[in-house]
Amino acid sequence: MKHLLSAGDLSRDEANLILDTAEEMRSLADRPIKKLPALRGRTVVNLFFEDSTRTRISFEAAAKRLSADVINFSAKGSSVSKGESLKDTALTLQAMGADGVVCRHGSSGAPHLLATSGWMTGAVVNAGDGTHEHPTQALLDAFTMRRHLGSLEGRRVTIVGDVLHSRVARSNVLLLSTLGAEVTVVAPPTLLPVEMRSWPCVTSYDLDAALPKSDAVMMLRVQRERMNDAYFPSAREYTRRYGLDVHRMAQLPDEAIVLHPGPMNRGMEISAEVADSTRSVIVEQVTNGVAIRMAVLYLLLSGSNESNEESNA
Amino acid sequence: MNAYLITGASITGGEVADLLIDNGEIVAVGTGLDVPDGAETIDATGLVALPGLVDLHTHLREPGREDAETVLTGTRAAALGGFTAVFAMANTDPVADTAGVVEQVWRLGRESGYADVYPIGAVTVGRKGTQLAELGAMADSAARVRVFSDDGDCVWDAALMRRALEYVKAFDGTIAQHAQEPRLTQGAQMNEGALSGVLGLTGWPSVAEEAIIARDILLNAHVGSKLHVCHLSTKGSVEIVRAAKKRGYEVTAEVTPHHLLLTEDLAASYNPVFKVNPPLRTKEDVEAVREGLADGTIDIVATDHAPHPVEDKDCEWSAAAFGMTGLETAVSVVQHAMIDTKLMTWADVADRMSYRPAVIGQAGDHGRPLEAGAPANVVLVDPAAERTVVPAESASLSRNTPFGGMTLPGKVVATFLRGTPTVLDGALSR
Repeated sequence: MKHLLSAGDLSRDEANLILDTAEEMRSLADRPIKKLPALRGRTVVNLFFEDSTRTRISFEAAAKRLSADVINFSAKGSSVSKGESLKDTALTLQAMGADGVVCRHGSSGAPHLLATSGWMTGAVVNAGDGTHEHPTQALLDAFTMRRHLGSLEGRRVTIVGDVLHSRVARSNVLLLSTLGAEVTVVAPPTLLPVEMRSWPCVTSYDLDAALPKSDAVMMLRVQRERMNDAYFPSAREYTRRYGLDVHRMAQLPDEAIVLHPGPMNRGMEISAEVADSTRSVIVEQVTNGVAIRMAVLYLLLSGSNESNEESNA
Repeated sequence: MNAYLITGASITGGEVADLLIDNGEIVAVGTGLDVPDGAETIDATGLVALPGLVDLHTHLREPGREDAETVLTGTRAAALGGFTAVFAMANTDPVADTAGVVEQVWRLGRESGYADVYPIGAVTVGRKGTQLAELGAMADSAARVRVFSDDGDCVWDAALMRRALEYVKAFDGTIAQHAQEPRLTQGAQMNEGALSGVLGLTGWPSVAEEAIIARDILLNAHVGSKLHVCHLSTKGSVEIVRAAKKRGYEVTAEVTPHHLLLTEDLAASYNPVFKVNPPLRTKEDVEAVREGLADGTIDIVATDHAPHPVEDKDCEWSAAAFGMTGLETAVSVVQHAMIDTKLMTWADVADRMSYRPAVIGQAGDHGRPLEAGAPANVVLVDPAAERTVVPAESASLSRNTPFGGMTLPGKVVATFLRGTPTVLDGALSR
């Protein structure tokens, strides 16, 4: 593993290695000194072309806890506007000797381009690209589920919301199926891709039918603006049909947990009571995010000082 | 002007004969011809002679984007591809929506000398889709415009499209429609289907093309004008045009070389060299457009040669420009997709890439069979040759060919424009 671009690129063994490594990193969080020297002298660049304070500080905390030097590069807008092009940015980072680049970009495939264009040689971590993927989010979700449910083999996970535009959903479907979970995505038909035959999941339009058969339910953020494009008639109707409130939550099996990648629209896809309930693991997801990103950076960047032979990572 | 004796060529893939060219005309076709003194002999043994090719859909970018292409460089690329006439699309800057701009492009074409340039006029002012451009003035200008198109954008307003079709009847014009329903393709990046969902690229549904084609065919039937469909790309579009022609509706259609060969799978590389409008479609669509071209449903091949400077393609997918270059590879791609697959003959290529586009575009002396008395617009193709496409070797100013690195059959050996060689031995002759 040289880069982390898509959750679909991970084999089951690789995914488990990341999750197991994250488990060790997670134990660090409970210690008074939360720092390891693993990446001392290595440079990690957070290259964020889209605003995302949460993801950026999560990566920043992860890299710093591993003693890496962290440079934050936020470029608002993309090369469409008059700013620096992705290529020039990559060449600059290469010239400065970035060992790892954590890239968030509004254009699907931008991290893929960074990794394959030959503009730079560092490891690329996809921190969310357009409506494509967000693999570390899926890893932290799987990690959180594993901590509550044990092995994900045969576990039933329901993902609800704007699947069409969600990079979180894409990465989760791929990763969870690799880990043996049975995934159901639930959305209004307008918010599902028109053709999903190749997705390793089942689809449904009926949330109430899916909930009693769910060990975990993940509510995706829905942007209100989508209703202006006629994806659904109104926020209220969306909430009525696809929102998770306490009544719906009562249909879940006793052990089931509720996830949300944040930021939440309380009262839209998830009610405040659900978000703050004991089933909700949403705050825990954030904590686990740091551990997962530590594991990913560690596996991609440690031990690769001179050679490129860390291929098992 | 030199006389040329072309010996041993297979005339449009059929009989082997000699061609004598003198004074800009084909003087004779046959064997044992009387050869005037000083005539230069070109051994064309093993080569196919075709009438000079006519491209109804070329972006020459001048005026405005001379960093991507000029009339001179674009017509050089055209000559190397075997074309003797190209129709220059109107989406220049300024837009070719006035007599002044089309006359400028027409004059630049005459000065280039590599191919005849027929400017296409915009249908609407600034290609904005709100007000008819002065179509009559462009028709009456020195450029004698007969084909009008807002290509790059669709004339989506049904009432405006109807009026455009009606209005050009006065001077026997044709409206060439870029069929793309804009609301169905907002932010669209690639063909909509299983792959677009996986790649997270906004989908471009086939129906956005097909709905406009169907609408326009019906509108055109209502007003009795001439409708041409640009770069048709889907199986459904082929079926609509086929059914319409069967029922007697007047419509002509084109397909690009890239839609005859390439599929959407290439988008998985996120390499914007494969980003094009309309997008690359599926294998089924490719098969359908090939069948459509073979059975005549699709009248012509047109390149949609769309040069872009490096920086507009050397970037992330969504920021990149739409379009591919195609003039220099067109014959090779058509040979590969249509002839080597036995779907068409070289005589069919002459029909789809010379006779019919010349008729649709009313390109005067072009598209005439290789017979005595016809203007000497001739191209010699070596069907046995093979070549690997090297983008940097292109005569175009731009490098955005999607065929880079591919090995394709066929090579244009020589091109004659009214008896003057623009290409000899596979290279520009001057």
